[in-house]
Amino acid sequence: MTKGIMSVVANTIFSPELAARFDKLVTIYPLRRSALVPMLLYAQDELGYISDAAVHEIAARIGIFELDVRNVLSYYSMLRTKPAGKYNVQVCTNISCMLRGGYEILEHCKSKLGVEHKGVTADGKFSLEEVECIGACCWAPAMQVNYDFHEDLTPAKVDTILDDYAHGRGKDVK
Amino acid sequence: MPTLVSHPDEVKVISRRFGLGAAEIDKYIELDGYKAARLAAEKGPEWIINEMKASGLRGRGGAGFPTGMKWSFVPKQSAKPKYVLVNGDESEPGTCKDHVIFLHDPHTVIEGAMIAGMAIGAKTGFIYLRGEYRYLLKIMEKAVADAYAKGFLGKNIFGIVGLDFDVITQTGAGAYEVGEESALMESLEGKRGVPRIRPPFPAIVGLYGGPTVINNAETIAAVPHILRMGGEAYAKLGSERNGGTRLFGISGHVERPGIYELPMGYNLKKAIYEVAGGIKDGKKLKAVVPGGSSCPVLLPEEIDIGLDFDQMGKAGTMLGSGGIVVLDETVSIVEFALRVIKFYQHESCGWCIPCREGTDWIKKTLTRVYEGGGQKKDIDNVQYLAENMMGRTFCPLGDAAAMPTLGFVKKFRKEFEEYVEGKQSGTKLMPAQELVEIH
Repeated sequence: MTKGIMSVVANTIFSPELAARFDKLVTIYPLRRSALVPMLLYAQDELGYISDAAVHEIAARIGIFELDVRNVLSYYSMLRTKPAGKYNVQVCTNISCMLRGGYEILEHCKSKLGVEHKGVTADGKFSLEEVECIGACCWAPAMQVNYDFHEDLTPAKVDTILDDYAHGRGKDVK
Repeated sequence: MPTLVSHPDEVKVISRRFGLGAAEIDKYIELDGYKAARLAAEKGPEWIINEMKASGLRGRGGAGFPTGMKWSFVPKQSAKPKYVLVNGDESEPGTCKDHVIFLHDPHTVIEGAMIAGMAIGAKTGFIYLRGEYRYLLKIMEKAVADAYAKGFLGKNIFGIVGLDFDVITQTGAGAYEVGEESALMESLEGKRGVPRIRPPFPAIVGLYGGPTVINNAETIAAVPHILRMGGEAYAKLGSERNGGTRLFGISGHVERPGIYELPMGYNLKKAIYEVAGGIKDGKKLKAVVPGGSSCPVLLPEEIDIGLDFDQMGKAGTMLGSGGIVVLDETVSIVEFALRVIKFYQHESCGWCIPCREGTDWIKKTLTRVYEGGGQKKDIDNVQYLAENMMGRTFCPLGDAAAMPTLGFVKKFRKEFEEYVEGKQSGTKLMPAQELVEIH
């Protein structure tokens, strides 16, 4: 526990830091509900996915139904209700990346990690996703590991990057 | 970290602080930062809007609507608070220009939003970044905190009583559709990103029901520069009715892909062959998608034109988001067209039936053609489906899917026929991976 940080919600499932952040977040907008999308994403960053308990608490914090939360949750492609790997590898295959070998990078990741699209490795360290344009078109092919961008990829470069994450040397942007 | 490129033909206005460390507020101030806001505060709303009108700046998100005019539509009196909303949900495939603005010059977005606020009488601005841009959101958040600490945001800015402006940064969570202005407002209000019917337009009834100006991040980033150099001087940099410069992202099969700031009206062929170094590995050019994936494709013989909204419109395509995607002779257009429609099918929010069903049926039909099981009437069906989506949806996503599809089928019909006749087939996109999230 971090001293001095106490959430207004009793028995919060989130860390004291995140709970305090949420306490503030719902107050900064003209409507509390505007905090919903960021809260879901930040909750996922901490928990690894959006659990039922997270849905329950976020609904209570904003003052809306759980159904309202699930309705929004199901819309956004970055939000998930099942755990991903510790490092979620997201390979872009959209047009600019495709033209410069995005699919080859995806195939390389599949064989290297031994999982398919949306698969998680047995040790839970990595998961793999084929994703739509991530806004790195001029530095294609590109991927994100969690929130960290990796650009101008080659299979050899991917090997180095994934090995770095596997051995705790990768940047873990959260 | 994205590589910065440069070329002698560039005219650096928006990009003039790139690579100089301007994300730090002291550096930004040293490089004339927040001077335009001070000037705007002294001169007042009417002057700001007149300068913006004189600048000829047109919306950089893709629609190309004149910014000054957009601002002038906001009513002076309003019972509800007015808002500025900066659209940084950059998601159009081929587009990564806002990425470098947030990275290299975040304060210019804050300053531009503040000036827009002064122009329309708004005291709050939102800067919305797509969820994938977390590291850029952190840069923006720090910039906002630094701006508050130095008194450029908050109450009584520049010591002027009543000059208040707050900025709230917001993250998305993965949705192309949210880049559409009305869906963006829905998302910011904590809802699914589905579009709203217009009218009423956001300038009258927008965010939280208040009059709202929504501008693309690049549009907003241009504002401080325009006021500093003067609207007319900015206009002169560009072509007729297309003021200023623009960040063009050149990607795909070129030798030097990157973001280049070129004058509006700059020749497309020159941009590809000189600025971006020509086609990669000395191959031949096959096609150009000139402004993000929603823009109808151009053939090599069609690219000797100026990059502005009007000239591109005359050529039957669009300037769009300025993301120029270059395809060499090795590309299968059928495969490319299928990849494009897969994207729009995945991103269709499902609100309007012509878009939801149309994108899905085009994808299914093109998949069959691509796999080699297609029939000749499939090509006509694709065209029929696309034509029937046009103009029949709340937001332009339906058009954005239909327009490039029509372009591919019309200009490369022969190639589609070859697939149907069994002379070609593809496997790269197969088995069709359904990028469907199950919750």
